[in-house]
Amino acid sequence: MIAIQDLTVSFGGDPVLSGVDLSIDHGTFVGLVGPNGAGKTTLLRAIKGTITPDNGTISIDGDPVTSLSAREVGRRIASVPQSTTLSFDFPVRNVVEMGRTPHISRFGSHDADDVTAVEEAMVATGVERFADRPITEVSGGERGRVLLARAIAQGTPALLLDEPTASLDVNHAVRTLELVRGFVDDGRTAVAAIHDLEMAARYCETIVLVAGGEVRAVGPPADVFDTASVRACFDAEAFVGANPATGSTAITAYPTTGTNPRRVHVVGTGRPAARAVSRLSAAGHDLSVGPVPEGDVVAGVAADADLPAVRVPPFHRPEGPHVADAVALAAAAEVVIVVGDPAESLRQVVETTTPTVRVSTGFDPADVLAAVASADEDPDAASPSVEES
Amino acid sequence: MDVARRAVGWSAALAALLVTVVVVSAGIGPVRIPPAEVLKVVLNALVVPAGIEAGSRDAGTLTLPTLSVVYSSPFAFPVDDVHRRIVMSVRLPRILLAAIVGFALAAAGTVMQGFFRNPMADPSIIGVSSGAAVGAVGFIVLPVSLSATVALPLIGAVDIGVSHGAGVSLFAFIGALAAAFGVYAIATRHGRTPVATLLLAGVAVQTFLGAVISYLQLQAGESLRRIVAWLMGHLSAASWSDVAVTAVLVPPLFIVLLVYARDLNVLLLGEEEAQGLGIEVERTKRILLAASALITAAGVAFAGVIGFVGLIIPHMLRLVVGPDHRILLPTAALAGGSFLVAADTLARSGGAEVPVGIVTAAVGAPFFIYLLMSREVHEL
Repeated sequence: MIAIQDLTVSFGGDPVLSGVDLSIDHGTFVGLVGPNGAGKTTLLRAIKGTITPDNGTISIDGDPVTSLSAREVGRRIASVPQSTTLSFDFPVRNVVEMGRTPHISRFGSHDADDVTAVEEAMVATGVERFADRPITEVSGGERGRVLLARAIAQGTPALLLDEPTASLDVNHAVRTLELVRGFVDDGRTAVAAIHDLEMAARYCETIVLVAGGEVRAVGPPADVFDTASVRACFDAEAFVGANPATGSTAITAYPTTGTNPRRVHVVGTGRPAARAVSRLSAAGHDLSVGPVPEGDVVAGVAADADLPAVRVPPFHRPEGPHVADAVALAAAAEVVIVVGDPAESLRQVVETTTPTVRVSTGFDPADVLAAVASADEDPDAASPSVEES
Repeated sequence: MDVARRAVGWSAALAALLVTVVVVSAGIGPVRIPPAEVLKVVLNALVVPAGIEAGSRDAGTLTLPTLSVVYSSPFAFPVDDVHRRIVMSVRLPRILLAAIVGFALAAAGTVMQGFFRNPMADPSIIGVSSGAAVGAVGFIVLPVSLSATVALPLIGAVDIGVSHGAGVSLFAFIGALAAAFGVYAIATRHGRTPVATLLLAGVAVQTFLGAVISYLQLQAGESLRRIVAWLMGHLSAASWSDVAVTAVLVPPLFIVLLVYARDLNVLLLGEEEAQGLGIEVERTKRILLAASALITAAGVAFAGVIGFVGLIIPHMLRLVVGPDHRILLPTAALAGGSFLVAADTLARSGGAEVPVGIVTAAVGAPFFIYLLMSREVHEL
C-alpha cells in the first residue's frame, strides 16, 4: 500500500527524518509512536505529499506520491489533522461534505454516492446529532470527530491520523480507535501518530517506533515495546507489562533517576511487591523474584519483564526446593528487598548474607530506589517507611 | 442540490433588487422621472436580432455577397424625448458603471476574505487600488500622450489616440495589475506563495505606492483637483464606452471566480488540508489572485478608489446567506452592485455632487464599527 524508501526530510538544513525505510501493507493499522519532535507528523506529511523530501521515495500503490496530482492522492489517502483552523461558521454537514472534494469534477455537484458517503460517515462518528450546527460552535472533541467524519467520507483505501485521540475524552478516544480498527478490519489501511502508547498497543497490529528522525523498531506491540526501547526512545524509565484488564501492553512511565543498575532480589507477593518489582525494573536494576505463587501479580510482572523467578504452584506452600532456589538467587544478589511480612518458612531467604531491606506494604516507590542504592553503603540511612534489618 | 437551489434563489432575489435599484435611481435627479417611464425608455432601447439580410458589396471588379443581422426594437412605448435623453445619455451609463464596479469590488472582496481567511481583507489588500492610483495620478500629472499617427500598409496613415479619460483608465488598469503582480512576485518563493507573506508584501507595496502618490500630488499643481477627485472615487465621468469595457471584462472573470467557489470553501480549511482534499493549492491560489486582481483593476480603473464596498458587502451577505462561497459570491456581487448604485445616487442627488467614495466610506465605516462591536468580529 505505502512504501517508503530511504526517506530524508530536513527543514532549513536541520534533518527531521533521515534514512527512513518503511513498508505498510493493506489492511494494517500502524501506530507511529515516539517522543515529541521525533518526526511522526513529518512522516505523515511526507506520505500525503505535502512536503517534498530531500531524498528517498514514497509510493502509494506503486506510484510515487510526487508523480500523483493532489486529486489522485486525495482519492487514495485521507488525513485527519490534529485540528482545523476553520473560522467561518460552516455547518458541520458542509465540512464533512468537503471530504468528497476529490471525487467531484470541477463543474459537477454532489451525486447520490456523495450524499450516502457523507451520511454514513456522520452516523459512524456520531456527528449527525449536531450536523446542522456551525463548526465554530462545537466543542474541541466534537470538532475532532467532524474531521474524522470528513476523512471517512473521503472514502479512501488509506487513512492517516495525526493524534486522533489527543483532544478526546476516554470514551470518544476509544470509540474513535474502534472506528478506525473497524475501518482496517474492512481491508483498509490506517497510519496513526499516537502518543498514548497503551492505546497504540491495544489497537494497532504494527508499531513503528520513531525517535530522533529514525525508525528504531517496527513490529507487533509486544515485540517493539520493552523497558529498554522505551528508555532509549523516550528517555523515560518505564515498566512494560500486560494490562490485566485487556491483556494488551501496559506501559508505566516513571521520572528518570539515572540509577546505577544493581542485582536485586525481591521477596513478597501481591500488588505491593509487584509495584516494587515494576519500579526497580523500570530503573534498570537486574531483578529476580521469589518464591511467588503461580498466578500472583508478582509472577505476572516477572513474566512480563522476563525476570528469573521461583514459582510455587497455586495453593501450595513453598517447599524445600523453592526455598533453596530463592536462597540461591538472594545470595547472588547485591540487595534483597522484602515487601511486607514473609511467612516463617521463608526465613532462610530473607536472612542471607546479602544486605536486606524490609519495606512496608504502603511504601513510596522512590524510597525503594533509595534503599537499593544505599543498602550496603550506609545501613543507618534508611528512609522512614523502610526498615533495615 | 440544496446549495444550487439556494444560490439561484438568493441570486434571483438580489438580481431583482439590483434591477429595481437601477430603475429607481435612473428616475432620481434634478428632473424626476417616474420608474414606469424609466422602464419604458429602457425597454424601447432594447434591440433583438430580428433576422438576417442578404446584400452585396462592391469590391472593385467583384461583387461580394454579404449577410448582415437586422435588429428590431420590440417595444415602442410613447415616451418624453427629454426623459429619454436624460436616462439614456446621462444617468444610465453612470448607473450601470456603478452597478458593474460595485459587483466587481464585492466579488473580489469576497474572494480575498476567503483567500486570506481573514474577514478584514478587501480587494485593495494585494496593492491593486494603490497601483491603480499611481497609474491614474501618474497619467494626470506627467506629460504622457497616447496619440500617435501610425502608417499602416494598404490603409495609409491612421491617427491612433485615446481620450484623456480613457488614458487615465488604461494607466490605472496597468498600474493595478503591475502592483498586484509585484506583490505576488515578492511573496513567492520556490513556487509557493504563503498568504501571510502575501499580506505583508501587500501592506509594504501599498505603503510605498502611497508615498509615490503623495509625491505626485505635491508635483501636481493645477491638476491636483482632478487627482483628489479620482482618489476619492468618482462615477460622474461615466460613458457608454466605460460601461462597455467593464461589461466585457467583469463577467468572464466573475465566472472564473464562481467556478473556483467550491475550492475557495475548501481552502478555508487551510492549505495543507485543501491539498489533502485534492485541491492543487498553489495553482488555485494563482488563479484566484489573478482573477481577483483583474476584476478589481477593471473596477477601480473606471471609478477610482472606492473603499468599503469590497469589505462590508461580503460581511453583510455572510451574515444573511452563510459562508458558503457558492452562494455568497454571486449574492455579494449582486448586492455590491445595488449598494454602489444606491451610494452613487446619494452622492449625486445632493445639492453639490460628492465623490461616491466619500459616501461609501461614510456609510461603510459606521457599519464596520457596528461589526467590531458585535459578536461576529469579537470571536475572531
